[in-house]
Order: sequence, then structure tokens, then C-alpha cells
Amino acid sequence: MSVWFMLLTFPIMVIRVNTVQKTVQWKWERMFMLGVGVFFLSYLWRYLMYRKENRPKDEDKIPWNQRLLSEKKYFYPFISFVFAFSILLPFFVSEYRVNVLITAMIYVVLGLGLNIVVGLAGLLDLGYVAFYAVGAYSYALLNLHYGINFWLALPIGAMLGALFGILLGIPVLRLRGDYLAIVTLGFGEIIRLILENWGKFSKGPSGIANIPKPGIIGLEMNRSQSILFIYYLMIALVIFTIFVVERLQNSRLGRSWVAMREDEIACQVMGIDRMRTKLAAFALGATWAGMMGVVFAAKTAFINPASFTFMESAMILSIVVLGGMGSILGVILGALVLILLPEELRAFSQYRMLIFGLSMVLMMVFRPQGIISNVRRSYEYHEPAAAEGD
Amino acid sequence: MAVEPSMAEKVLDIRSMTMTFGGLKALQKVDLSVRQGEIVGLIGPNGAGKTTFFNCLTGVYPPDSGDILLVPPDRKAIRLNGLKPNRITEKGMARTFQNIRLFQNMTALENIMVGRHCRTHAGVLGAILKGPHTRAEEKEIVSISYTLLHNVGLGQFVNEQAKNLPYGAQRRLEIARALATDPFLLLLDEPAAGMNPQETERLMDLIQTIRKSGVSILIIEHDMRLIMRISDRIVVLDHGVKIAEGVPEEIRKNETVINAYLGADEGAA
Repeated sequence: MSVWFMLLTFPIMVIRVNTVQKTVQWKWERMFMLGVGVFFLSYLWRYLMYRKENRPKDEDKIPWNQRLLSEKKYFYPFISFVFAFSILLPFFVSEYRVNVLITAMIYVVLGLGLNIVVGLAGLLDLGYVAFYAVGAYSYALLNLHYGINFWLALPIGAMLGALFGILLGIPVLRLRGDYLAIVTLGFGEIIRLILENWGKFSKGPSGIANIPKPGIIGLEMNRSQSILFIYYLMIALVIFTIFVVERLQNSRLGRSWVAMREDEIACQVMGIDRMRTKLAAFALGATWAGMMGVVFAAKTAFINPASFTFMESAMILSIVVLGGMGSILGVILGALVLILLPEELRAFSQYRMLIFGLSMVLMMVFRPQGIISNVRRSYEYHEPAAAEGD
Repeated sequence: MAVEPSMAEKVLDIRSMTMTFGGLKALQKVDLSVRQGEIVGLIGPNGAGKTTFFNCLTGVYPPDSGDILLVPPDRKAIRLNGLKPNRITEKGMARTFQNIRLFQNMTALENIMVGRHCRTHAGVLGAILKGPHTRAEEKEIVSISYTLLHNVGLGQFVNEQAKNLPYGAQRRLEIARALATDPFLLLLDEPAAGMNPQETERLMDLIQTIRKSGVSILIIEHDMRLIMRISDRIVVLDHGVKIAEGVPEEIRKNETVINAYLGADEGAA
């Protein structure tokens, strides 16, 4: 295998034509390095494959993440540690880092929102960023024309997101799987193109600037204070989102979403209204995107259509898939990894997409269920049933 | 719609239902009725249209013509044609599938809890706020589902994922899930397929128990021993046409039925 790779990359790696001196440089040592490197990598690959195939033995062992969340003696210290850590963090890191963290948290919420649609209800939505754009533009435009402040725009953005979710959902949700993905992809592009070309309405590609940051009445904040404020606001929103998504997941509605994902026909025959259930998922997912759009507009103070390309949708989808579909903790980790790592690895920025793609491929091969797979809630029920059953 | 006195005790009345797929006549003017507390068997060779019949009944396919009337106890008949599957289930008719269609990655208990969906009401706000009403409802869902699970003999599998259940258990879980929708008429599509004799025996007990609880049953089955033993009445389909109807004894001796199964020449029959 390594010999094959050496041959394959021979022209690129080894031969170097110096056009000025018209000589050819032979770099044999590179070829040697590559050969050795590929040789070891192939062993690593085989080892991982071997491990993957021999895993099912320890299946009844409870995974650490489930233990962390289900057992109270681990859960409370863990959650309070994370909370304290995130509260204190901005005092120890630079303003720039805090900004990055805010972005990461925006993506956490976006990921959790999309998780409702993709992870729970199993509807592949490739145009999620459209709702994000709706939220951002609703704040920017409402503020521009009517001077509406951030706090009012937050619920309005969320509601507009939900409204667009329903409007898009009604015609589109009759489709399944791949077809749905294509149409939502198209919808995402339509929204972006409208924003780009309808200059009178959205100011076109030049975007909207000077969007005010959120504030508290009667309190003047300077730049760094307001960043700090947004940071804490985002922590609150993340907690709120986790709370809501967790409740939804284990509710009657959440069960019907999962059932819908598992088997649509069986689900209908069990008395679940298909359209209603799907619409609820779509609208609720879009709500979070709309809300985050408002925060995003407030954070960057400037928005234009270029912020809402398909790459954003793909990014959010990657967060959900990489983190683990349907798993809250997984999605949070996924968002932090995908947003924070590229920032920390600026040195390798030219290889970013390469690493990104490679890690996705490796993930799908070795851990298709994501970093943390979704664990269905277990119910405990004993007392009256035992009496009735006998 | 007026209810004739003679059909007062029928829970399901199908009149000349026809279904075609392109040129293929899957069902031709089939009449069938199920009376309160009755177990009706629906048999026929492969491809006779039995499962299509179920699919038309439950709204998976809309039938081309004919009337499907469902008569809930002490209430007026409801015409089911054109209703969506979920509405039909709400009316009180539930079914299982020939090829098991459980929600594979949900636990056994959750599968049944999904079945409770159409009898409960909590919405988005209820789920988020989790007020006392939602809590009570949720508790009720769990307790009913648990009891059902227990009653079909799967108590030990509560939190096991459906896909990990043994085959026979999956079939029983499907029945429990259907029962969770509070039906008065249960359609079973080959519930004994792939079961060993002991499992089939237990299944028959289960079906009898369900009937005793007041649910009428329409059952498709290939296992002749089972169908002859539990059915009160049997309807035979062949090539989409009803060729015989009667008590098991009559069907056993019926020439047309024997020929249909043995594939004798129709002219000779």
C-alpha cells in the first residue's frame, strides 16, 4: 500500500522542475518519508478497523456519557462545574476568545435547533441557514425602519423563523428523504438570493450596518462590556435551549417525532398526524434559527447575505451529524469542536477544509452514530402495574 | 347515515370494495363484515389481495370504489373512505403489519407509548412547561403502556430497544402497540408468521384474551391450524375476489377453496 502511494504521488512530491535554471530536482527523501508515513497510517487504519469489528462484546456496559447524565452523583457536580467554568471563563481569556466562544454558543443553539429537525424527526434540512437569515434580517430591518430594540426583536425573530418554517413546511413536507433535502437546499438559496437582489428591501449585497448591540435600559456599556453581556446572554439562551429541547425530546411530541423518523407509515397507522408532527418539528427548529439570527445580527453589528450561504447550513448539519444525531450533549460537543478547533488551529488554516473533510470521513467509518450517540430514555415503573397484572 | 337494524351489531361493514393498481384488479367487489366480539379470519393464497384489503381499510391506499363503514359501539356508522390513516385509527380501528414495522430504535415501552398518541393531547407548550395536566397525562401514558406490555407478556423487555427483541416478542409488541390506541376492532396481518409452535400457541391465547376484553378481530393468517381453531367465521379471497365465506368447517370442505389453494384448473372446479 505504501509503495502504491509512493508511486501515486511520485510526480507531485518528488520531481520538482526548476524553471529558471531549467533543471529537475529529485527529492527522494520526501518519497521515503511518505512511504514510511503511509505504511504506519495503514497499520493504524487496520488496527482501528479491527477494533471496530470486535467491539460488540462489551455492549451491555453503560457508556460513560450516559452514566454522567443519568446518575445524580455524577450529573450535578458535572453540570455545576461546567456552569461555573463558563461563567468565569471570560475573565481569564482575551476579548477575541470570548467572541469566538459566543460564536461557538450560537452554533450550539443552532445545532440543537437543527437537531430537532434532523436528529429527532429525521427530516434532512439543507436550508436551515435560511431561517437564521430570516432572524438576522428581521432584527436588522425592524431596527432600521422602526427602531425596535433587541429584546423585542428576539421573540419576533423567533416567531418569524417559525412562520417561515411553517410556510416552507406546508408544501415541502410531503416529500421524503433526498427530495426534501434538495427542496430545502433550494429554499436556502432562494432566501439568500432574494436578500442579495432585492436591494430596496434588504440593501442587497452591501448589507446592513450599525445594528445596535443589546443593552439594558439605563445602562451604558462600552465595547468589551457589551461583548461580556452577549456572552452571558448566550449562556442563558443555551441553557434555555437545552431545557426546552430536553423536555420536547421526552414528551408526547418528541416521541412522535422519533417514531416518524423510524417508520412513517406505521406512525400514521398508530394515529399520528403526519403533517402536523412534521410541521411542529420544522417550525420549532426554525424558531431557534430565527432567534439566533437576531443574536448574530446584534453581535456582529453588520449583516449581509454572504453570511448565510450553503456552507453555513452544511456546517450546522455537520455539527449535528458529528456530534451525534438526537443527542443534546453530542450536539453541544460537536459545535464546540467544529467552531473552536479551527480557531485554535489557525496555523493550519490552509488545510482546514482538508482536515475537516478527512475527519468527517473517518467519523462516518468508525463512529457513524456521532461522538455521543443518542440514548433513549428508560422508564421505571413498578408498583401499580404489578398489582394489576396479576 | 341511517343504520339498518340488521347491521346494528356489526362493527365493520364493507360493501363491494374495489381496488386496482393500473390494470391489476387487486380487489373486486369484496363484501365483508365483522360483528361485535367476533374473530373473522381472512385467508387466501399468496397474492390474493389480503394485505391490500387491510391497506384499503386503514387508509394506506384509498380504494377505488365501495363503502367501508365502521360502527363504534352505541354510535352511528362512520364511512372511512378517504380518511387519513391517523383519523381512522382515532375512530377505533388499529392494525399490525405483516412485515414487522416497529420503531426499531425506540424502547419497547416507548413503542406502546407512541400508540397512546391519538388518545392524548399534550402539545408543544404542554411539553415545554410541563404543567400538572401534562404530567398527569404522561404518567397515565406510562402506566397504561406498562400494563399493556405486561399483558402481552413482555414485562421483562421494558427498556429494551425494539430491534433487540426476539422475533416472536416483536410481533407481540406490535399487537400491544395497536391495542394502545384503544381500538374496538383489531386487524392482525399474519401475526403468527415465523413463529414456532409454542409461540403460536401463546399467540392464540393472547388473541382470545383480547377478544374477551371486547375487541373484535379481523385476522389474516397462513397458519391454517391457527385460523381454523380461533376464527368464528372465515372469508376466502383469491385473485381479489371473495370465493367463499362461512364457519371453519364449511371452508375446510369447500371445493372452490381447496382448488384455489391447490391451484386446480378453474374450469374443472
